[in-house]
Amino acid sequence: MTTALDPVTLAVLKGRLEQIANEMDATLYRSAFNPIIAEAHDACHGLYHATTGDTLVQGTSGLPIFVGAMAFAVRAVIARVAAGAANQPGDTWLFNDPYEGGTHLNDMRLVRPIFRDGELFCWLASVGHWLDVGGNVPGNFNARATESFQEGFRVPPVKLIRGGEFQPDIVEILNANSRLPQSNWGDLNGQLNALDLGEQRLAALLDEYGVETVSTALDGFSARAEALMRAEIAALPDGHYVFDDFLDNDGISDEPLKIALDLTIAGDAMTLDFSRSAPPCRGPLNIAYSTAVACCYVALKHIFPHVPANAGVLKPITFIIPETTLLGVKAPKPVGGYTETILRVIDTVFGAFASIAPERANGSPYATINALSLAGHRDDGGRYVMFSFFGGGLGGNPEGDGLNHGNNPISTATIPPAEILEAAYPVMFTQWALRPDSAGPGRHRGGCGAIYEIEALAAGGADVFLLGERGKFPPFGVVGGQAAATNRFIYDTADGPKSPPLVTKIADIHIAKGQRVRLESPGGGGYGPPREREPASVARDVANGYVSAKAAREIYRVALDASGAVDATATAALRSEAP
Amino acid sequence: MTATSTPKAVVGVDVGGTFTDLFWFDEAAKRFRTAKVPSQRGDEAKGFIAGLSTFGPVAGLSSIVHGTTVGTNALLERKGARVGVITTPGFRDALEMRRRDRRQTWGLWGDFTPAASRDCRLEVPERTLADGTIRTAVDLDAVRAATRDLVGKGCEALAIIFINAYANPQNERAALEAAREIWPNEHIACSSAILPEIREFERASTTALNATLQPVVGSYLGRLEDALAADGFVGRFHIVQSNGGVMSTATARRLPVRTALSGPAAGVIAAAAIARAAGHPDIITGDLGGTSFDVSLIAGGQAALAAQTTIDFGMVIRTPMIEITTIGAGGGSIARVDAGGLLEVGPESAGSRPGPVCYGQGNTRPTLTDANLVLGRIDGSKPLGTLQRLDVEAARAAIAKEIAEPLGLDVMAAAEAIVKIANARMAGAIRLVSIERGHDPSRFMAMPFGGGGALHAGALIKEVGLKGALVPRFPGVTSALGCVIADIRHDGVQTLNLMLDGLDAGALDTRMVEAGREAHAVVADAGLSVERIDVLYELDMHYLGQTHTVSVPLPVTLGAEGTGVTAEIIREAFEAAYGAAFSRLLPGIPVRIVTLRSAAIGRRPAFDLAALAPEAGASLTDARRGARQVYLDGAWHETAIWSRLDIPVGSWIEGPAILEQPDATILLDPGLGAEVDAFGNLVIVRS
Repeated sequence: MTTALDPVTLAVLKGRLEQIANEMDATLYRSAFNPIIAEAHDACHGLYHATTGDTLVQGTSGLPIFVGAMAFAVRAVIARVAAGAANQPGDTWLFNDPYEGGTHLNDMRLVRPIFRDGELFCWLASVGHWLDVGGNVPGNFNARATESFQEGFRVPPVKLIRGGEFQPDIVEILNANSRLPQSNWGDLNGQLNALDLGEQRLAALLDEYGVETVSTALDGFSARAEALMRAEIAALPDGHYVFDDFLDNDGISDEPLKIALDLTIAGDAMTLDFSRSAPPCRGPLNIAYSTAVACCYVALKHIFPHVPANAGVLKPITFIIPETTLLGVKAPKPVGGYTETILRVIDTVFGAFASIAPERANGSPYATINALSLAGHRDDGGRYVMFSFFGGGLGGNPEGDGLNHGNNPISTATIPPAEILEAAYPVMFTQWALRPDSAGPGRHRGGCGAIYEIEALAAGGADVFLLGERGKFPPFGVVGGQAAATNRFIYDTADGPKSPPLVTKIADIHIAKGQRVRLESPGGGGYGPPREREPASVARDVANGYVSAKAAREIYRVALDASGAVDATATAALRSEAP
Repeated sequence: MTATSTPKAVVGVDVGGTFTDLFWFDEAAKRFRTAKVPSQRGDEAKGFIAGLSTFGPVAGLSSIVHGTTVGTNALLERKGARVGVITTPGFRDALEMRRRDRRQTWGLWGDFTPAASRDCRLEVPERTLADGTIRTAVDLDAVRAATRDLVGKGCEALAIIFINAYANPQNERAALEAAREIWPNEHIACSSAILPEIREFERASTTALNATLQPVVGSYLGRLEDALAADGFVGRFHIVQSNGGVMSTATARRLPVRTALSGPAAGVIAAAAIARAAGHPDIITGDLGGTSFDVSLIAGGQAALAAQTTIDFGMVIRTPMIEITTIGAGGGSIARVDAGGLLEVGPESAGSRPGPVCYGQGNTRPTLTDANLVLGRIDGSKPLGTLQRLDVEAARAAIAKEIAEPLGLDVMAAAEAIVKIANARMAGAIRLVSIERGHDPSRFMAMPFGGGGALHAGALIKEVGLKGALVPRFPGVTSALGCVIADIRHDGVQTLNLMLDGLDAGALDTRMVEAGREAHAVVADAGLSVERIDVLYELDMHYLGQTHTVSVPLPVTLGAEGTGVTAEIIREAFEAAYGAAFSRLLPGIPVRIVTLRSAAIGRRPAFDLAALAPEAGASLTDARRGARQVYLDGAWHETAIWSRLDIPVGSWIEGPAILEQPDATILLDPGLGAEVDAFGNLVIVRS
């Protein structure tokens, strides 16, 4: 009845399977305890191939970076089973090991085998960012870590549920090693809720369509994804393209770290070679091979949004990511700052595409996560950790200006409202604003970054931790567009405001009650030469305060009269001057 | 006067993008009439009055209830009024920064235009803390200066939005009073009066969108009222809200943001009433339009309410609304084969202009309607709106070229595949509102309304495993009917942030009584006759540490002695609601009450839907209209054609069959049969 080519059944099953993954996502968000999962959706669910671990179907609302990374996590379990570990119905594996298909230690993975008629049919997996997994720094973004052990506890793949028997002693070990065990326990329950629901839904689907039809369809998705990706690559001009960018430093010593991409297009295949990148660093800016592949996938999926989210997409692509670079490290090299490194890797792909296919490129989307924690004790003695990622401007693009205050390409995370943070923690926001002149100028300018200024309200003040980037190397523009403003961090001290020596990486400052910290995030890079921007748009930007009159004149070469309107004659004169 | 000779009737008027639908009902005589006239885009009042006039003199009507999309359209087309915002230092951009989201998961392009431009958002000294403490009293001189500045910038509406105003509205209220003395019109509000709920962006967005709509909706209602008055109308004029209840025009002018889903909500209300009367209280409505398919779930005869909706990227309205899920699948949805060789239908749509290929208005890419036409499910020789006939040949040629050739199928198989994919997408939307929320679809009937929904009902029954389908007697005017039967409703919300352990139930009771009385008064003042007013309470609650909440309906109401609420009642209700949503309760973790929601509902006199039933004396023989060839399940079938409205009560029609009526076509697939019930509904079940 069904063949690999039946497009109707294929489309129907695609919708049904995606829905299962989406429902798993929704179940975890609604029942999670920590806002990084519940509000910021730093989580992911999917179905993975029984023997290869390839991503078959993944939820559309989860964190984009996991789309590529989860397959490696499932493979870590498959390797355990291949090495002789028992694998039976009712098992659920738990781990956070970043070197075995992980990202960083906060991302706790649950992997569950799904059996059908005694055979392994596929794997279901859930990953969610837990708020605290021990280590030196509350929230685990330890900019000073030189070994994984300083970043948090590490759990290799172990069985949390063994043939249906829950293992409470494992949870006791986890709880004993976290500052926020109740939050973790709530999130773990949410992840189990999601897996239970996915298992039920999948069973119903298999009852309805049969194992063979569903398996055939799954193979069909992969083939289709590969065909789509090959068609996209084939339409690009063959050639060798180079793009290099830099990380500010590794949090330990103030030396830039190069991320270098050699991208080759040959027919319908693509090679991404990162061999020229910096060697492994001492600080937490390293990533594992699996993470590097996953983030390349994210970059390509943004450039080709319509290719489906499954492993077939990666088949036409060859990765060269040597262990001798900071993009392919092994344990116990610290990886807690992985978010910054993968954003830079993604940016190199965007940068290369500006040469390959400018009609598909965009300026750098601010590309720093700014993991900021304020931690300490409330006036009643209770402990608090306020932790969040902060926004910036997206890049200008062929269609228009970049979005003001967007989220990062690796994420669909929303930011918790200031009122929720103020109600939950002893802090007060004195600024929650767009940052003028932060956008990269261009025919289509980047989006504006933001200014967040926070005052400590507790008598004991707050310890402050930050892991950010783009403090020295700003988000770049493309196709003649210019770079955005760099990332900036300022904190009050008894001797007045200061900025940290490593710019946006700090791990050991304290502010007193009434003192403030201030984060000024980058905007997005511009697209196209700023002199080509519509003068009326520049005038509007000045009226709205996105762009200063000075920048309008000096960068956009637009003259405004006293009322703020474009002076056409003076503008023409300015624009005719040599750059 | 002639009024004595004209029966006192109530009319429901649903003004949609293409048509204005009307339902006229004489309660005393239990007589009804329906009408459909073209909408006049930009001059809706004209179509409105033209429609009313089809029933005779407007002066004779006792009341008019209106479902409108004027507000939604103004938001989508960014045609709202220029808004000024006065806000807390440091928070001028909260409205523009949203929740740091982007348009779509994949692809980083696309920007956002806020309801108030940045140069019209001004800060004044003031600060309230999260616990309600006033840290800095509002500087009223600065408020006055900012107000004058915004008047000078040409702002037509003013929104005052202070941080933490949900916890203590004192600064906002003081600023509002000061600004009111200067502001030249009544389009002025503070956020705590619109939505006293935590989350500054959602509150700011709702308040600013309300402000931008006030002049638009106010002047629209003014034009309608003037036109009605000119025609001698002296009855009551009301508006349907997104929550499915009716409000006075005075409330609509104050809270126009509550009209966002006015028309569609009325349709769901009618569907719920029809479902209850027909004895099938569990239904899933499906309204198939030109570009979208709107789905809503009614369980136990009640429509579900959602706490907020997003009109477009970044345009969040937080106010209770009938939960309506929309997907991009409609008659105009375009079918195409993608680069990977997979057939897709929608979300890209040809809309109603140029519309499907068969409309002959310039589109050459095949749509769902083209497929239905080629398959013989729609009769192309009949006029449709302003079109005299549909071009079957053009539709067939487009499907052959765009779909059949690339997929290696014959043209009929390709047309059938388009319908199947569209059905699968509609089925997905139905699953989303049913299975995903824990409802077993085999308990539910589909209720298609709109013109094309009933063509797909049979497929949805099979695809989703629904119990059957219930096709209302007049599917094309369901929203207008809903206007006539909707109750009056007013919702209120207040963030509380109280721990359940050690709860001061007396203090909570006082707040509930206050909120209940306020909502009750709004309903009582609306002026429509009601049998009684019910006051309902719900709490949003969670385990301490969670950020999302579950809705916990409380089994208490407003009485002379208060509500009688206790901590024990609340705990029991919470555990029941949490247990229904998730498999595990979390004993030992403290429970928090986040928000109080109260609603007053003025119950309208019951509408006897039997009035819609076919007249006695109808006969099955008279209803038969011959037969034609229809392509079903891979082959042509000789298919009986029936005039739907002429089929008598109690008749059984066996599929395959097509039932036609002026505003809809119904397909009975092979293996299905249908009976006409006592209300004139068609009840489709498996034979």
